[in-house]
Amino acid sequence: MKLALLATVLVVASIAFALNGEIGIHDPSTIALCDGRFYTYGTGGTTLVSDDGWTWRRGVAPPRRGMAPDIIHIGDRYYMYIAANIGAQPKAAINMISSKTLDPNSPDYKWEEGGVVASSDGKEDCNAIDPGVFLDPNDGRLWLVYGSYFGYIRLVELDPKTGRRINPNDQPRNIAINCEASDMIYRDGWYYLLATHGSCCRGTDSGYNIRVGRAKKVAGPFLDHMGVDMLQGGGKLLVGSGGRVIGPGHFGLLDLGDGVQKFSMHYEADLDRGGASVIDIRALLWEDGWPVAGENLKEGTYAIESVRTGTALELAVEGVPVGGRRGAGGGGGAGRGMSGGQGGVIPPQDVAQVSVNWPAGNLDVRMANYLCRAHQQWAISAVAGAGGYPGSPYFKIAIAGTDRALAASDDGELVVLPAFTGGPEQLWRIEKLPDGAWRIMPKSVPNSTAALALSAVGSSFATLAKFDPKSDKQRWLIKTP
Amino acid sequence: MVKLRHLLLSVTAVLASSALLAIAAASADPARGPAPSLTSPVSPERAPNANGFIQRWLLLEPIGAKGLTDSVVQAAVKKEYFPNQFTVIPRDGDKVTVGGAELTWHAVDTENYNVNLYHFAYALNKRTSDALFWAVTIVNCAQEMTGVRLAIGSNAASVWWVNGREVIGIYNDRQTVIDDGVSKRLTLKKGPNVVRAAIVNGGGATDFCARFLDAEDRPLKGFTVSVVGASMP
Repeated sequence: MKLALLATVLVVASIAFALNGEIGIHDPSTIALCDGRFYTYGTGGTTLVSDDGWTWRRGVAPPRRGMAPDIIHIGDRYYMYIAANIGAQPKAAINMISSKTLDPNSPDYKWEEGGVVASSDGKEDCNAIDPGVFLDPNDGRLWLVYGSYFGYIRLVELDPKTGRRINPNDQPRNIAINCEASDMIYRDGWYYLLATHGSCCRGTDSGYNIRVGRAKKVAGPFLDHMGVDMLQGGGKLLVGSGGRVIGPGHFGLLDLGDGVQKFSMHYEADLDRGGASVIDIRALLWEDGWPVAGENLKEGTYAIESVRTGTALELAVEGVPVGGRRGAGGGGGAGRGMSGGQGGVIPPQDVAQVSVNWPAGNLDVRMANYLCRAHQQWAISAVAGAGGYPGSPYFKIAIAGTDRALAASDDGELVVLPAFTGGPEQLWRIEKLPDGAWRIMPKSVPNSTAALALSAVGSSFATLAKFDPKSDKQRWLIKTP
Repeated sequence: MVKLRHLLLSVTAVLASSALLAIAAASADPARGPAPSLTSPVSPERAPNANGFIQRWLLLEPIGAKGLTDSVVQAAVKKEYFPNQFTVIPRDGDKVTVGGAELTWHAVDTENYNVNLYHFAYALNKRTSDALFWAVTIVNCAQEMTGVRLAIGSNAASVWWVNGREVIGIYNDRQTVIDDGVSKRLTLKKGPNVVRAAIVNGGGATDFCARFLDAEDRPLKGFTVSVVGASMP
């Protein structure tokens, strides 16, 4: 963040497929979870709270306001790191405050000052803002990265018992240059340094983009995929502008467990919200040892294919070959026999036509080879007002062109109802897994409190079962038919 | 009520001597046997194999049936070919008359995970194509088992019942794939449980495999299989 920004009150109308509610924020912290609620803190004291990670509202600002906070939960305390310029940039300091809870209604809600953990004197090659705090899962050591364009991104060690600087006299280590909004994560033997390149705070002219390098040691060297050191400006692109959003910056990891990882960021300008700066949450995927920004699910008509079996989910009705049944001896019309199909165009199957023979009432679901048939094509659409989960709303999954909706059944299996009524057993949470496959879970299962996922228990049969991140049974490909 | 164990022991010798010889002898057509993958049961009961597959069945000589789509197969298997078709527990050598033809039930063990119906029918010089095969076995459980699933594969279409309830139907031309059709969760009761199947083949090879899966989708063990249902209620 090159400029010290005042708090910006951005109240925007909810629009499907970016987060919902009041999501205006700049420089959001890593999202913290406290007593089932999600919290994030931005520049100028902006605080956003969400019960489900999808719909957000304004929260109570912490007592210390400043620039681009970051937050971490260790033990029974939340430690927040907040920067402020204490003169002309790059003279700055990062302060720590801590509280037992993030819930202002809790009797334990009390922020305590923890003092300065890092600073820059205005002369050195560093601007001590944009803190990113990282707890090393290997050894429990706590680290802070910070810096913004005036020289280096730096690393100092903190005390995980207090959140304070472990030794204020230790010389900070330089680990990157010419970037800001840095943060660190760890995966499979590698430390990843995420940092934002480009310019901020220019609306649709902002060139913000998030880049990454990796190292075997926490202090680097962090090299990108081409071997360029981040101390020399390297960085592999994680996410840049695209679609209707411009200028992503300020990476924050949101680890939901079971291998499901997401990341938060803000866009400098959301074109669907008048160019406002808003927070978003997207899937974090992994490919060849590098993080990749995954897309959240978009509405559409899809085939739903099991990674385990390669077969596709379908309504358990007798299928009709596209173009009609093949006649005796391979005849029956253009494209229908082995020797047919000489140049004719066979139109997509008309669900209105083939569904006249489908039984009324509840129907089973099964799986089969995908053959472009109407009972294998699912319309996935967001359900307004039904809530959601980090990054997305709940979805309805129905046979395209009908209202026949997939649901969890009373016995923990699957059923297709004759019509969608909006019950929680008909709402689906659809999230990308690290390898790009999808996990599909009902919001709730009747007569059960278990969190279950769509599971291919056989080549031709799907059920609901506890999610196993190591198995392909609950991994699905959502393909455009 | 006669104890199942006594019945099993009493019929063991019959089973041992009859099954595949019977395959060769029971048909009016010249037999081609023996069926290479099928043998006569020589014990009253046997456990499923290491992967849980049921290897002992009573098979009825094939009935003519044509068509593999859902509705055609459903109609074919719901048609009554012989009395008590959905409840009878046949014995090795029992005969039924279907369309004027006398067909025989044969007790078989398979040495493989699957039951090769082509071997079975070919050995008897019976039809292998456009054929409907009935199969029955008894799964004996020492205690009730809940949350289990029947998991089958078949070439081609097949419909399956457990204790009289239809639990699986898979249709169209298809090859046998382990755990292709899987039932919803069901309960195997303590004592004997009847597994019944109708497999419809269009042309070429034909076979099936079946096992139960536990609540974690692992092969179910801890039961035995027999083909004598004399103690069934």
